[in-house]
Amino acid sequence: MSPFLETAANPRSLRRVVIEPVTRVEGHGKVTLLLDDEGRVRQARLHIVEFRGFEKFIQGRPYWEVPVLVQRLCGICPVSHHLAAGKAVDMLVGARRLTPTAEKLRRLLHAGQIVQSHALHFFHLASPDLLFGFDSERDRRNIVGVIGAEPELARKGVLLRKYGQEVIRHITGKRVHGKAVVPGGMNKELTQSARDEMRRGIGEIIGWSREAVAIGRRLFESSEQSAQFAVFPSNYMGLVAPNGESDLYDGVLRAKDAAGKIIFDQVDYTKYNRFLREEVKPWTYMKFPFIVSLGEEEGWYRVGPLARLNVADRLGTPLAEAERQAFRAAAGGGMQHATLAYHWARLIEMLHAAERIERLLDDPDILGADLVTSGERAFEGVGVVEAPRGTLFHHYKVDENDLVVRANLIVSTTHNNQAMNESVRSVAARYLDGKELTEGLLNHIEVAIRAYDPCLSCATHALGRMPLQVELVDAGGSVISRMVKGSDGRVTDGEG
Amino acid sequence: MPDSKKTFQLDDREVPFREGQTIFDAAMAAGIFIPHLCHNPDFEPHSSCRLCTVIVNGRPFASCTQPAVAGQMVQSNTPELRDMRRMLTQMLFVEGNHNCPGCIKSGHCRLQATAYELGIPDNHYQQFFPLREVDASHPGIILDRDRCILCGLCVRISRSVDKKNVFAMTGRGIDTTIVVDSPSGLLVDSTVSVDDQAVLNCPVGALMLKRMAFDVPFGDRTYDQALYSEDSVARFQATEANRHG
Ligand code: SF4
Ligand code: NI
Repeated sequence: MSPFLETAANPRSLRRVVIEPVTRVEGHGKVTLLLDDEGRVRQARLHIVEFRGFEKFIQGRPYWEVPVLVQRLCGICPVSHHLAAGKAVDMLVGARRLTPTAEKLRRLLHAGQIVQSHALHFFHLASPDLLFGFDSERDRRNIVGVIGAEPELARKGVLLRKYGQEVIRHITGKRVHGKAVVPGGMNKELTQSARDEMRRGIGEIIGWSREAVAIGRRLFESSEQSAQFAVFPSNYMGLVAPNGESDLYDGVLRAKDAAGKIIFDQVDYTKYNRFLREEVKPWTYMKFPFIVSLGEEEGWYRVGPLARLNVADRLGTPLAEAERQAFRAAAGGGMQHATLAYHWARLIEMLHAAERIERLLDDPDILGADLVTSGERAFEGVGVVEAPRGTLFHHYKVDENDLVVRANLIVSTTHNNQAMNESVRSVAARYLDGKELTEGLLNHIEVAIRAYDPCLSCATHALGRMPLQVELVDAGGSVISRMVKGSDGRVTDGEG
Repeated sequence: MPDSKKTFQLDDREVPFREGQTIFDAAMAAGIFIPHLCHNPDFEPHSSCRLCTVIVNGRPFASCTQPAVAGQMVQSNTPELRDMRRMLTQMLFVEGNHNCPGCIKSGHCRLQATAYELGIPDNHYQQFFPLREVDASHPGIILDRDRCILCGLCVRISRSVDKKNVFAMTGRGIDTTIVVDSPSGLLVDSTVSVDDQAVLNCPVGALMLKRMAFDVPFGDRTYDQALYSEDSVARFQATEANRHG
């Protein structure tokens, strides 16, 4: 792992400034860059205000409310929370195996969420940076700029997202904050007309997803930045099917090290806390999960699209699998460590999800009416899905009166916490010129964080584009430079 | 059959009534909705929520208990009364802890449906965030006092229909709460059962059967299908037809 991250000879002598538990502007990303005596970046710290009221909020509630309550955690990925909590609650009602229809409807819902989320991220958030360059004018680096320069691309991006939202709506009744998952199954059959409507559109969606992958690949391969920008070895973790194929909805946990060697595999996800633990650091509320066998220092890992393509043996659909092979070939057949490869990986997953949707829609089970099952009651439940941003754990304990007594969540953004710090450090070390922060550096830091598609909303319960504040702190602990980028993209010195 | 000669004036309509009928019942029978929460026309009225207040010859009365009198002038759908109903409903929201999106009763809840129909955009008043207890001790029934609007329906129904007296109200003002008649004060030690009418007729998500989950999808829930006013009038007329038809 990176020798520079939190491993300065004596981190305490790095005399950091004490950071207030962040300016209470929720969703405000704050970065502190700590310099050593030679003025080199020794540490980077991304501070996110984590939403911590959640446990309180859920404690004392009956378990059957939980899959719906947790959707309120986040306006961006409610479906992922709905599904992960639903799986945990399935265990509570003893639904070991769902009916084929219920399981396939959930998989369809999940694939719809992947398409909408990945399309949103790539076309709205990432493509302006990638198309126009990280240093291009601010006014251009947004979706409006993309629409101006690449109207066809922008149009397809919008329609891809819309298709994903439609899948979600058909199954949950609403585009956002619908309800579909109930303990042990689903609450609604899919109508034939909804199935047919989705089926009619899917060919085009797969076609556009292929084009998007081609763009993602071209942008990655043609950019000089790709091979230099926040490229660092790390461990990776994700859910795979027991046969090693990618599976975003269910399966076993697998982790690989930077060389591609298995750290653990075939891990029953309900036993996750034997393999993963969370470290608490004094300067942030965000926890730092690590792989137990590697320890706190070495055990951090990445999750999400890049990690999933690094850990899975193959993707179970032909078009996406061909793209995965090209992706891995670009890394010489080994592990891909470039942070910017997240974007390319995300688009391959979007294609994969689109192919899955087609397959599920053609499956007669999808129109079945047998929706709910149950079995022997249990008092502890763990649910996991590979959310668009990465592995998402929901873990609940309930008492004999059906009320939740303990809740634990690990969201993707938390898994990637250390990796995001490392990305920022790596970018800052490379692009910091002297002792002054520049708008260019700020942009680079932002691009590095954004590659992970962090759900600051999940982690902080706030919506909107991420305002970013960066501080440069010298070895003496003084802030020597500060810049703030507002949610409108305007950059100031943060003094008003 | 109503005596067609006996009528009173409700807003701009002539409403017929039977001797002894309340203003509320006569209005509903005539297809005119009067908002109400503590009243359920299937059970005896109580006149505590004051939502059904109307102005009779210049003075306010709870229409659910006020007998109709021939020739009287009754106002219900006026801006002042609409404002008052909105205010009363908003007070109910802030006095409890109502989290509609996470509530199983969402879409079937009369408080929520009333708020929608009265056009209430937000709670308006400062939340009280009272500390209230959930009683989940019974294997099949849950009492979530956070959502109780103290309409007293469970108290009345348990007494007069179930003949059990499981529920009572104690305390005053903001401290008023529903209590359970059992040695421990818990549902599990009471005589309540899952088929009690008291349990099945709570207008909100306070007293419910357990494990109801969100099994009714969007679009099929009670108040997705019809407005509260429409649903309420239709039920009333159907019951009337059964009783008197
Ligand atoms: S529990 Fe329900 S029925 Fe009983 S008083 Fe409260 S709101 Fe009314
Ligand atoms: Ni989120």
